[in-house]
Amino acid sequence: MTLLTRFALRRLLAALLVLLVLSIAVYALFYVLPGDPARLACGPKCTADQVAQVRTQLGLDDPALAQYAHFLHGLFAGTDISTGVGTEHCGAPCLGFSYQNGEQVTSLLAQRLPATASLSLGAMALWLVIGVGTGVLSALRHGGITERLLTAVTLAGNAVPVFIIGILLMLLFVSVLGWLPFPSYVPLTEDPEQWAWNLVLPWLSLAILESAKYARLTRSSMLDTLSEDHVRTFRAYGVRERSVIGRHALRGALPPVIALTALDLGTMFGGAVLTESLFGIPGLGKSLVDSVRTEDLPVVVGLVLVTGFFVVLANAVADVLYAVADRRVVLA
Amino acid sequence: MTTSDVLAAPGAASDTPEAAPGARQLWRRLRAQRAALAGVAVIVLLVLVALAAPLLAALEGQDPDAYHASAVDSALGGVPVGSFGGVSADHWLGVEPGTGRDLFARLVYGARISLGIGLAATVVQVVLGVAVGLAAGLGNRFLDNLLSRTTDVMLALPTLVFAIALLAIVPAGFPRPVLLVLVLGLLGWGGTSRIVRAQTLSLKSLDYVAAARLGGAGRWRIARRELLPSLAAPVVTYSALLVPSNIASEAGLSFLGIGVKPPTPSWGQMLSSATTWYQADPTYVLLPAGLIFVTVLAFTALGDGVRTALDPRAGTRLRAVARGRKGARP
Repeated sequence: MTLLTRFALRRLLAALLVLLVLSIAVYALFYVLPGDPARLACGPKCTADQVAQVRTQLGLDDPALAQYAHFLHGLFAGTDISTGVGTEHCGAPCLGFSYQNGEQVTSLLAQRLPATASLSLGAMALWLVIGVGTGVLSALRHGGITERLLTAVTLAGNAVPVFIIGILLMLLFVSVLGWLPFPSYVPLTEDPEQWAWNLVLPWLSLAILESAKYARLTRSSMLDTLSEDHVRTFRAYGVRERSVIGRHALRGALPPVIALTALDLGTMFGGAVLTESLFGIPGLGKSLVDSVRTEDLPVVVGLVLVTGFFVVLANAVADVLYAVADRRVVLA
Repeated sequence: MTTSDVLAAPGAASDTPEAAPGARQLWRRLRAQRAALAGVAVIVLLVLVALAAPLLAALEGQDPDAYHASAVDSALGGVPVGSFGGVSADHWLGVEPGTGRDLFARLVYGARISLGIGLAATVVQVVLGVAVGLAAGLGNRFLDNLLSRTTDVMLALPTLVFAIALLAIVPAGFPRPVLLVLVLGLLGWGGTSRIVRAQTLSLKSLDYVAAARLGGAGRWRIARRELLPSLAAPVVTYSALLVPSNIASEAGLSFLGIGVKPPTPSWGQMLSSATTWYQADPTYVLLPAGLIFVTVLAFTALGDGVRTALDPRAGTRLRAVARGRKGARP
C-alpha cells in the first residue's frame, strides 16, 4: 500500500467516525431530548391515535440506545417502516418516513438533489473562472489597481449576505433593465436553455461572493509559486513567459484552490439555504426551510444528517486532493 | 500584590515584548485607518439609533405596529400612495406596502434586534470559546482530544442549516430573540476555542507561567491571572469579525421566516416581505437591504481594523502610514 493510499484510507476512516458521532448527537438532540418527539415527528395536524402509532413505529418507548441502534440499522441496512396505512420497506440509507408527505425521507430528498446540484455546480464553474482568473491577473500585476480593488471586494464579499446581493441583482436585471425573467426553476431534463437562463441570477449571486475569496487565495498562492526556485529556473532556460505562468506556476498554485472548492461544494450541497429560498429553487436548502415551517421533523433530521454527510465527506476529499497534489502532506 | 504577580511581571515584559496593547493604544492605532474609523462612526450612529428608537419614532409621531389603511392604495393591491414608497412629512421613509405601517419606525426598532442579537450572540460565542479553549489547552490529553475534535466538528458544520433545524424543535413559547442568541452562540464558538487553545499551549510553556506555577498558583488561578490577559488580543481580534457574521445570520434567519416573529420589526423579515413587492415598490427593498449591507460592512471594516491594530507587526506599518500622511513624527 502506498503512503498516499494509506493516508486516504485513514482520512476516510476518521470522517466515518465523525459522521457516527454526528448521527448520535443529532439523534439525541431531535428524538431523545424533546418532551414528545412522536408529536413532533407526526406533525401538528396528527390525532392522538396517529401520534401513538408513530411512537410505536419509532420505538420511542424503548431505551434511547435501542432506538438509536434501530435508526442506525435503517441507515445502513434498511428497515421496514409503517406508513400509517400499511408497512413498506425502506431501503438503505433509510432516513425515516415523512408522515406529512406520506413518503420516505430518502426519496423526498433525492427529488430535491438535482436542483441543488444545478445551482452549486453552475455557480462553482462561474466562481472558479472569475476567481482564479482575477487572482492570476492580480498576482502578475503585484501592487496594482486590481489588487487594491480585490482587497476591497473581498472585504465586502466576506461580509455581505448572499440574499442581499441576490435581491439587488434581481432589482437591477429583472425590474430596471428587464434583461432576465423572474427566476423560476426549470429542470435541466425539461428544457436546458430555460434551465440555464433561469439560473443565471442565482449563479451570479453566489459567484460574486465566492469568487472574491478565490481570487485572493489564488493570488497569494500564485505569488508564492512565482517566487520559487523552479520557476526562476524555467525562466533562466528561456521558457516563454506564457508557458511559465500558464503551465508551471499555475499548477503549483492550484492545490489550495482545489481543496477550498471541495469544501465549498460540500457546504453548498448541504443546502444553499438562502439562495434557494430567495430564488425559489426547489433544492435541499429550500426543503429544509419548508419542512421547518410545516414542522416535518423526519425531513429536518434527514436533511441535517445529509448536510453533515456532505460537509464531512468534502473535508476528507479536500484533504486527500491536497495530498495528491502536494505529496509532502502525506508525510506530516 | 501576590507572589505570582511579582514573579509574573518581569517575565511578562521580557517574554512577550509585543504584548497586547491597551485600549488606548488600540484606539490610537484604529484611528490611523480610514476604513475602520468610518466603520466606528457608522456603528456609533446605529447604536444611538437603536437606543433611541422609541424617541425617534415619537419624534416622527409614528408607531411601528400601527396600520395606516389610508397610506396605501388598495385599488392597486396595496402599493403606497405617493412617490418613493409613500414618503411624506408623516412617514419619513414611506410605508410598508399592504399594511401601511411606518417604515422609519420599523427600521429604527429593527436596529435593536439586529445589533442586540448580533452582539449578544458574539458574547455567548466568546465566553464558550474561551472556556472550551482554555480547558483544552490546560487539561490532560484525553480532555484536549475530546474538546479539540468536538471543535473540529463544530467548525465544519454549516451554522445556518443547524440553526434552522434547532429552531424547529424548540417550543413556540420560548422568547424568540433569546433563542436566536442561544442557537447562534452554541453553534459558533469553534473558531474562538481553536485560537484560545493554540495560544494557551504556547503561553503555557513560557517562563512566567512556569514561575507562577512554582509560586503555588493553581490551574484556575493561572488561567485567570496569567493567561487571560495575554489572550485578550487574539480573542478581541477574532470576535470583532464574529459580530458582522452574527448580524448577517440573524438577518438570514429572519429573512427565511424562522427568526424573530412578527410583529417584532426586523430588517431580515422586512426584506423577505419586500421580495414579493420588489417590482411595485423598490424603495421597500432597498431600505432594509441597504441597512443590513451598511451594518455588516461597518462591523467588518472595524473588525479588519482591529486585526491590523492588534497585529504585532502592525506598529511599524501604521507608523509608516501616519508618517506618509502627516509628515514625520518623533
